[in-house]
Amino acid sequence: MDNPKIQINNLDLWYGDFQALKGVNTRFREKVITAIIGPSGCGKSTLLRVFNRMNDLAEGVKTTGEVVIDGQNIIAKGTDLVTLRKKVGMVFQRPNPFPLSIYENIVFGPRIYGETNRMKLEEMVENSLKSVLLWEELKNKLRKPALSLSLEQKQRLCIARLLAVRPDILLMDEPCSSLDPQATTRIEELMRELKVNYTIVIVTHNMQQAARISDETGFMLLGELIELGRTEELFTKPRDKRTEDYITGRYG
Amino acid sequence: MERHFDAELKELHKGILRIGALAQEAIVKSVEALTRRDKTLAQAVIVNDNNIDELELEIDEKCIDLIACYQPMAGDLRFITTGMKVNAELERIADLAVDISQRVLEIADKPLLKPLIDIPKLSIVTQKMLRDAIDSFINKDMALAKKVVLCDTEADQLRNRVQDELINDYMSRDASTATRAVPLLLIARHLERICDHTTNIAEDVIYMIEGKVVKHHPEKLKNGDKCV
Repeated sequence: MDNPKIQINNLDLWYGDFQALKGVNTRFREKVITAIIGPSGCGKSTLLRVFNRMNDLAEGVKTTGEVVIDGQNIIAKGTDLVTLRKKVGMVFQRPNPFPLSIYENIVFGPRIYGETNRMKLEEMVENSLKSVLLWEELKNKLRKPALSLSLEQKQRLCIARLLAVRPDILLMDEPCSSLDPQATTRIEELMRELKVNYTIVIVTHNMQQAARISDETGFMLLGELIELGRTEELFTKPRDKRTEDYITGRYG
Repeated sequence: MERHFDAELKELHKGILRIGALAQEAIVKSVEALTRRDKTLAQAVIVNDNNIDELELEIDEKCIDLIACYQPMAGDLRFITTGMKVNAELERIADLAVDISQRVLEIADKPLLKPLIDIPKLSIVTQKMLRDAIDSFINKDMALAKKVVLCDTEADQLRNRVQDELINDYMSRDASTATRAVPLLLIARHLERICDHTTNIAEDVIYMIEGKVVKHHPEKLKNGDKCV
């Protein structure tokens, strides 16, 4: 398979006694958008959170198998989580800007990673905001509180905040679920632009959104990755009956 | 789990079944008009075509509504898009029955050039192919759809036989027979074209069932299938 950015081998994950991921084997291609769909509780957010080890924050989590990003098994002991989370950023369902100014939100990450040069920080703010098409709107309001922005602007700002630390992979967990249809369309357009430079994995309940924006789609059910392949194929002629039943609304 | 959408799909199913029945009836009547030299029957086929045209538009609109309102996926999407194509093919088939009827009107008052032998045979093949193609769509019968595709060669051979006979045995020997021979030649051509549209239906049905495109690629049909 060409350019796998993330390679998963025999991945199992338990929350205590509950097995949330079962024998996942797959790969995510570089610089494409991969959508993960499936019913609530199927493990799609859990899978997403493996990629930057967010699951470590939950109690009693046990993970076995391999998740290889750029040649390194990131679930192995001794993985540098700070470096991993710089490389693999995450956008959440509800935008969560810090209660700081727009400027401070964006320089927050680079400062943690040691950047202190003011000129460089300003350049990062401009480039990041330009990448999410917010620069023209906000260039004269950088000192205003981020919490005063609209929901869509906040979500764009959160993406800009990620881009400022130059990640390779963007994880998006229902990034448009709190946005109206117009804002959703604009964020989807932004994702299409970002995929030129980033590998994007998006979890969504909205199958139409997955069909619109992703190059590849995976369907999960009860902790298993049932199939993953070209989006057009999956939505017109899925290989597995369970996928067919889910995407045609017969699952229940 | 029965969905409200399933009831809508059943309605579409019924619509296709209805236009299919009307197209079949048009062919049967147009060929009957030929064998009986019945101008009234030929005229009836031509007049009734308006109803088929109206039904085609109705079914097409229904399909577009279903796509817009339900945003169907996978098998549902393939069923609706195939339904749209089958609908268009059936309407075109009914138009060809009208063409046959018009040819009948041209020759009905003239003495028959020769006894009709191969045209009725071609008509039987045509009607069977169409019936099987519609059945394969309705029953999602893959094997039947494949057989329809493979039957098209037989229709081509019969059409060629009619053509050769009319040209070599009649028109090339006596040019004055052309006014009676050409309509028969065209009728054979119309029947063979109906078989082509029927083949298209069967190919679309194969896509609907398996998601496999066999149109323009008959070699993709499994070995062992044959026209029966």
